[in-house]
Amino acid sequence: MRVGVILPYSGVYSQLGEDITEAMELYFEERDMEVAGRPVEIITEDTEADPQVGVQAARRLVEQEGVDVLTGAVATPVAYGAIDLTQRDNIPFIISNATGNDATRQGAENVFRVSASSFQVSNAMGEYLVNEGIEEVVVSAADYAAGEEMSAGFVEGFEGAGGEVIDTVNAPLGTNDYSSFLTNIRGQEPAGVWSFYAGSDAVRFVQQYSEFGLEAPLFGTGYLTDADTLEAQGEAAVGVRTSLHYSPDLDNPENEEFQSSFQEAYDREASVYAVQGWDAAWLIGEAIAATEGDTEDKDALIAAMEEVEFESPRGPMELDENHNPVQNIYIREVQEVDGDMAPVVLDTIEDIGDPGE
Amino acid sequence: MISFEALLAQLMNGLAYSLLLFLLAAGLSLIFGMMDVINLSHGSFFMIGGFVGIALGGVMDNWWLGLLIAVIIVAILGLIAELSLLRPMYERGHLDQILLTFGLALILEDGAEWIWGASIQSLRTPETLSGSVEILGVTLPGYRLVVIALGLLLAGALWFILERTRLGAIIRAGVSNREMTSALGFNIPVVFAGVFVFGVALAGFAGYAAAPILGVYPGIDFEVLILALIIVVIGGLGSLTGVFWVSLLIGLTQTFGQAYFPAFSAIIIYVVMVAVLLIRPQGLFQRKYAG
Repeated sequence: MRVGVILPYSGVYSQLGEDITEAMELYFEERDMEVAGRPVEIITEDTEADPQVGVQAARRLVEQEGVDVLTGAVATPVAYGAIDLTQRDNIPFIISNATGNDATRQGAENVFRVSASSFQVSNAMGEYLVNEGIEEVVVSAADYAAGEEMSAGFVEGFEGAGGEVIDTVNAPLGTNDYSSFLTNIRGQEPAGVWSFYAGSDAVRFVQQYSEFGLEAPLFGTGYLTDADTLEAQGEAAVGVRTSLHYSPDLDNPENEEFQSSFQEAYDREASVYAVQGWDAAWLIGEAIAATEGDTEDKDALIAAMEEVEFESPRGPMELDENHNPVQNIYIREVQEVDGDMAPVVLDTIEDIGDPGE
Repeated sequence: MISFEALLAQLMNGLAYSLLLFLLAAGLSLIFGMMDVINLSHGSFFMIGGFVGIALGGVMDNWWLGLLIAVIIVAILGLIAELSLLRPMYERGHLDQILLTFGLALILEDGAEWIWGASIQSLRTPETLSGSVEILGVTLPGYRLVVIALGLLLAGALWFILERTRLGAIIRAGVSNREMTSALGFNIPVVFAGVFVFGVALAGFAGYAAAPILGVYPGIDFEVLILALIIVVIGGLGSLTGVFWVSLLIGLTQTFGQAYFPAFSAIIIYVVMVAVLLIRPQGLFQRKYAG
C-alpha cells in the first residue's frame, strides 16, 4: 500500500514539510509499517511550495508510482492543483496544511482536510476581542490570497460581534521594513491590532512592532507566533495573543502521549504541523483498517474515511459534510516558560467549523 | 489628513531604511567600481555576517565586539575566496566572474543552511540601544538611529579613504592602468586582494548591522543581492556617490510609497529602476574609476 506525500522539503517551508512527514512516519512506525496486514510505503516528493513543481510532483506520484492515497500540500495553490489532478481518478487526497477556504468548500468527494480553513483559524478571535473590551482595531495582513481570507474571516467575526475595523494596513509579502506601516497604525491609535503574517514576515513584523513600541496589544492567527518564529522573535513576542486549532501545552491524554513519543523520536517539541501530519496518517490508517486493506475500491475507501473517529492531540475533532474538520480553536498567549517563549492556552472556543460557503 | 509629526516620522523611517540600503550595497559597488568584478556572492557574505553575529551573541554579551569579530571572520572568508577563486578570473570576462561568484553563492547558501538550519534567526540589540528615542514628538527606535549613524559614518569614511588618502590614490591608479601602476613599484595583486576583502567585509558588516531588523535566514542572501544590484545599477555601475544618493532615493520613495500608496509598495523600487534606465541607461551617476 503506497501513500504519496507532496510537501516542501526545501526552501522557507521545509521545516513544515519535515514536521508533517515525521509525524506520519511516527504513526506508521508505531504500527510496524503495516495496516490491515499490508505493508505501508511512504513516498515523498518535494513541492518547494511552488504550485508548478507541486502539481508535477503529484502527477508523478499518481501516474508513475500509482499511489493509493495522496496527502500533503503546505501552500494553498499546490492543494488546488492536486485537487484537480486527484479528482479525475477519484484518489483520496488529504490536505495536511493548506488553509484555502475553497479547497473543501467546493465539496469534492475525494478531498479531505485535517488542518483548518482560513476562516476557521481567524474567525473566532473576532468575538473574543469584543468580549475582552477591544472594540476598535487596525487590521494588518500580508497582501496575498491567504492574508485576504484570514482577514476576511476575522473581520466577519469581529464586526458580527459589534467591533469596528478603523483601518486596514496591508504590507506586501516579503516586506523588509515595516516602519512606515507601523507608523500609520500608531497614528490611528487603535485599541488593538489584529494581523496575519507567517514565517520571516511574522518575525520582522512582531519584532519591529515591539521595536517601535506600539502600545496597542497585538493579536493574530497562530502563524504569527509559531514554533519556527518564536525563537527569533524572543521577548518581542511576549503578550501576543493568537488563535489556532492547536497549542503544544494542551492538557489532554492524546496530546501528552503524542508530545512525549514525538519528543522521544525526534528530540523536539511537536508543532501544529506535526499534529496535522499525525491526523493525516490517522485518517489514512484507520480508513484502510476499516476496509480491511482494500484500497482498490476508492468509493468504499472514501466512505470509510468519512466514518473515521479521530483521537487527535488537538482535542475533539470530526469532519463535516465537506470533509473539513469541526474542532476547537484555542486563544493562546506567548509567555516566557522556563526561559523559552511558548504559547499558553488562555481560552478555548469549542466546535468551530467552516460555514461551507 | 497628514500631520507634520506623521511626515517627520516617515522621513526618519525612510532615512533609517535608506542608510540600511547603503550599508548593504556599498561593498558590491566598491568591488565593481575598483576592480571591475561583479561579485554575485555579495549577499552570501552579508548572510554569513548575520549568522556569525548570532552565533557570537550566544557566547558573549558585547554587541560591538561581536560586530568586530563577525567582520573579521567574513573578511578572512573573503580573502580565501579571493586567493583561491577570484584571482585567476581578473583577466577573464564578466560572464566567467558571474558564473563563478553565482556558484559560490549557491554553495555558501547550502553551507549556511547545513550549519545554521533553514529557520529565520534574529540578533538581539544591546540593552542600551533597544529603547525608543523621541525627537520632535516622533518616536523612533534607538537602533534605527544607530543604523543612520553607521551608514553616515561609513559613507564619510569611504569618501575620505578613496579621495583624500595615498591608499585611495594607489587604488584609483591601479584601476585605471594596472601595468603602469605596478611598474611604479606598487604591488597590484595585494591592492586588489585588499579591495576585495574590504568590500566583502562591508557586506559582513551590513549583515550584522541589519540582523536585528531583517533577521537572517538562508534565502536572504539573494534578496539582499537583488536589492544591492538594483541600487548599484540605478546609481551608475561602480559609483559609490551614486550608491549613496540612490539609497536615499529608493529608501525614501519606498517608505513614503508604503505609507501613502500601500497598494503599489511592492513595485515602487522596480518602477524607479525602469524609469531611470529608460531615461539614463548608464545610471544616475557616472562611474569614476575602472572601465
